[in-house]
Amino acid sequence: MKKFSVPALFIFIAVGTVVAAHFEMIDLYVQTIIMFIGVNIILSSSFNIINGYMGEFACGHAGFMAVGAYVTSILNVMFFTSNKTFGDPILSPELALWFFPVTMIIGGIAAAITGVLVAIPSFKTRDDYLAIITLAANFIIVSLFINMDTLGGPRGFMGMKQVLFAMEDVVFIPWMLIWTFTFTYLVVFLIRRFVSSTYGKGIIAIHQDEIAAEIMSVNTDKMKLVAFMFSSGLAGIAGGLFAHILGYINPNSFNILKSTECLVMVYLGGMGSLSGSIIAAILFTLLIEMLRFIIPAADTLLHFIPLIPDTFHLSQVLKWVIIPFILVILMQFRPEGIMGNRELSDFFPKLKKYYEFK
Amino acid sequence: MSLLKINGLTHQFGGLTAVSDFSTEFHGNELMGLIGPNGAGKTTVFNIISGFYKPTEGKIMFKGHSISGMKPHSVTSLGVARTFQNIRLWHDMSLLDNILISQHYNLGYNLFDLFVRNRRYMDNEKRMKSIAIKLLEQLDLVQFIDEQPKNLPYGIQRKIEIARALSVKPSLLLLDEPAAGLNSSDVQELIKLIRWIHKEFDIAIWMIEHQMAVVMSLCSWIQVIDFGKTIAQGTPEEIQNNPAVIKAYLGDDKI
Repeated sequence: MKKFSVPALFIFIAVGTVVAAHFEMIDLYVQTIIMFIGVNIILSSSFNIINGYMGEFACGHAGFMAVGAYVTSILNVMFFTSNKTFGDPILSPELALWFFPVTMIIGGIAAAITGVLVAIPSFKTRDDYLAIITLAANFIIVSLFINMDTLGGPRGFMGMKQVLFAMEDVVFIPWMLIWTFTFTYLVVFLIRRFVSSTYGKGIIAIHQDEIAAEIMSVNTDKMKLVAFMFSSGLAGIAGGLFAHILGYINPNSFNILKSTECLVMVYLGGMGSLSGSIIAAILFTLLIEMLRFIIPAADTLLHFIPLIPDTFHLSQVLKWVIIPFILVILMQFRPEGIMGNRELSDFFPKLKKYYEFK
Repeated sequence: MSLLKINGLTHQFGGLTAVSDFSTEFHGNELMGLIGPNGAGKTTVFNIISGFYKPTEGKIMFKGHSISGMKPHSVTSLGVARTFQNIRLWHDMSLLDNILISQHYNLGYNLFDLFVRNRRYMDNEKRMKSIAIKLLEQLDLVQFIDEQPKNLPYGIQRKIEIARALSVKPSLLLLDEPAAGLNSSDVQELIKLIRWIHKEFDIAIWMIEHQMAVVMSLCSWIQVIDFGKTIAQGTPEEIQNNPAVIKAYLGDDKI
């Protein structure tokens, strides 16, 4: 029974949300937030493989997300919709439903292959220098997409909504919500299996003492390659979902700001803690959405009191002051993050009765 | 065929010759010592054997394979394990994990098996766990199985590092100053432990040590190096009376 408690809870929440969405009990805005929470869980938990478990400081996660987003979008648009660049659909649009997970996985594989770009320098480089390389990789990928005019260049690429409509034409249920739930679960499931196996613990050994790991027969180069490819592949899946949720992608949405969001989530949740990544992704997404309402409310309030002059307005850009500031506070008072290398069960030992977290 | 044969090993760091023309041979399961003043190049020899440095010149044959220039993890997989002068355990992992991760040379499953958790994965994880527990029982460490090494006394940490090295089933164990930082009663324990391991596991042991009590009571053959050159080798008695060794350690009386 113990084994199925969390999956059962998850299925309950997922089915509940999907049913509620289908009968329009929750509006599209709330649905979008739920889907972004899913995408952010994938991003933060996959980024945690590198920055938490392996202890490297990579900061170009959004680059791999971009690869996944573009590859899945192109495949789906090319095969299942009529588009002015790619012409008529190659396959019948009804098949989109069946091939959607396949394209997601192809996007993930493409992103994993791009991950080699960072993995190979990581054999010899560590710390700050590897951080610079990952940053460069992010810029390379984004500039590549900006300069591909067939894919819309800096204007972005669209048409993914048609893919969604094609799926909805077959069966009218909230497909994106279902796919997001499925892939989020799958990703967390795979990461959990990976880091709890002796094989996967090799990357934790690299974090704690790379020389000892190498001498105790851990093939560190291979482990780094596996970790980087696994992490960036999952980021690619997150990118694919992101593209289809928004229905539109633009190279600049995968720039360093997006990577920073991933960093904030990982460090907020705690390095090397899977439950921490999930909690942080949920909190972070909710916080960003809450600021959307809090900032105008604060603006009205401060004008009402009158604390600030009439000509001055608090804008949404303030979000990008508040979020980095949270990071500053966090690093000062709790540098290990909310969970800090521990899982939920270490804080609430009673939970062990219901589920094995490690 | 000898277990380990080193011939004319030379290693240079830029212009500095750390090891020059070093040769040695292990026939079977000897317990040998490598001593010398600080900076003599002892640890460099170990680092070359375990694969951290590629020697400038010379040949290292282990069980008939040439291991010079091999990656450390492949050297370990062939059966050379080592410990470090300053303890290098994975301090934030449990003792069991410390031993388990050292089974990486013989996982028996791949990434796919791991993700689907098939029979092969389960069987191999079970096998590795039983190997680890058996080893910890043999070395009387099983009561610390869930502890993190950082919370254990220094003497135990030393023992754990040796246990971890033994978990790769080595035929040659390199101990780099195993008695460093231990008090006299711990040193006596260590001498007993090393002698017991030598007999029980039937492996060759090669140790670097500064505490003469340890080297003289354990080793059957001792090699002394100074500034990378071998200045003497022989049985403990021969070494103790060798004028070159005394000169290297205590200096010349003519100033």
